[in-house]
Amino acid sequence: MLLPKIFKRDRSKKEKKKTDRGFLVFQNTSEVIRAEAILKKEGWDVRVMGPPPELRTGCDLVVEFPLVEQLNILRILEAKMTSPLEVVPVESHLLKPVDLLHIKDFGKYLMVRAANMKLTVDKETFRIVNISGGGCPDVPYVANRLVGQTLREAPSPKEVGHTLCAYCLYLAYEEAQRKCSV
Amino acid sequence: MLCLIGTIPLKGLPVLSGEIIKNDHNVTIGKDSFPIHRGFQSMITAAAMVCSEMGLPPPVGFTVGDIGLGDGSRKLYSYLKDNLLDIPAKIFTFHYLMPDVFWHDKLLWTIEKISEKPILIADAGYMYVAKMSGFAPSYDLFTPDIGELAFLADEKAPHPFYTRGFILQEEHNVIPLIKRAFECENAAKILLVKGIKDYICAHGEITGEIDKPNVESLEPIGGTGDTLTGIVSALIHGGYPIEEASILGAKINRLAGQLAQPTPATQVSEIIKYIPSALRIVLKENEKKLS
Repeated sequence: MLLPKIFKRDRSKKEKKKTDRGFLVFQNTSEVIRAEAILKKEGWDVRVMGPPPELRTGCDLVVEFPLVEQLNILRILEAKMTSPLEVVPVESHLLKPVDLLHIKDFGKYLMVRAANMKLTVDKETFRIVNISGGGCPDVPYVANRLVGQTLREAPSPKEVGHTLCAYCLYLAYEEAQRKCSV
Repeated sequence: MLCLIGTIPLKGLPVLSGEIIKNDHNVTIGKDSFPIHRGFQSMITAAAMVCSEMGLPPPVGFTVGDIGLGDGSRKLYSYLKDNLLDIPAKIFTFHYLMPDVFWHDKLLWTIEKISEKPILIADAGYMYVAKMSGFAPSYDLFTPDIGELAFLADEKAPHPFYTRGFILQEEHNVIPLIKRAFECENAAKILLVKGIKDYICAHGEITGEIDKPNVESLEPIGGTGDTLTGIVSALIHGGYPIEEASILGAKINRLAGQLAQPTPATQVSEIIKYIPSALRIVLKENEKKLS
């Protein structure tokens, strides 16, 4: 069958560009093996690999994992006392998480944006009135859990979310707490 | 047929499909009814309302429960891979799904087998995975906001969370970000960038700008981007070319927002009510302009 041109054009070139994996870096090899066993037992698609030279900080192995599910995977490892030293994207181990937070004042309301996630609170009652942005499936779930609750009552997005979008929302949530002195 | 694909944040909801109909307070997919919250439900509700108003066949939805663990998304990916060729859709809109390059590529290869290539629209998680996969130009329309545009513009970022700091996520920087996203081949053929001003960009060129009505308090309201994606998808289903549908959709979404007289605490379900009136006004104005 003839394939449409647009698909055929880029396939070989773009295969190399895939950027959805991350590395978990540990103190030593036994921790790597333990983490791999824990994650595989939980059904995660992970594998042990040799790290790039810049990541060789006393450990000669890393665990490769689906990056977008970072929050969920870290929670599992933390529960088993096997937290990694560092988490880095495979595409470029020099990439750092977003640290720029954008604040917009709507008078009665304050909106905090971290990357693609926005959280808006009522400045008088500290109630979370809206959550916007994001694309991972837990965003609507976390929004349903948080909207309508105050910053004091609401669970942290880090506790109820599972993905990097939830982690972005957590950064916005923390900043909103700071701004509102909660 | 307009086919809308995404997840609903409910544990244990199996893969289900059917015509999408908006009722008084809910939206139904086949026989199953869901509240109109932000996310996939807002997108499909908006699309169903536009279809109903324009006298078009209702969109068809494919969904599954997923609260962020990815289990539901993977079931839906797998189901679609096995059944997509039997879905006679001319337009596929992919929305909230766990970004998973492996499954994304499998679906894209399946779509390749369709002799008449359908229009492919991606928003939310599926836009992320389309970019991550390196196959963004295979898509016809992406609908990013400014934070997501910065992610598309950063050829190294695997997720908006890792967008590099020097790539400024500011409204005044939108045009360079658009240029960069196209240069890096991380954009669909057409982008509808949502912001204080909405930009329509085709093949790297800005072809439309919409900044009226300007309702500042819409920005914090979760789901207003979802409704825009739904409206534009339905307009394309109605025969409008993608660029024109994007321009009209942006105007309709803004006007629906204005008619709702929102505050930053307004919920998207309040705005959705005004989509039919906004649609009638914008299409009437458009007809006048053309005659």
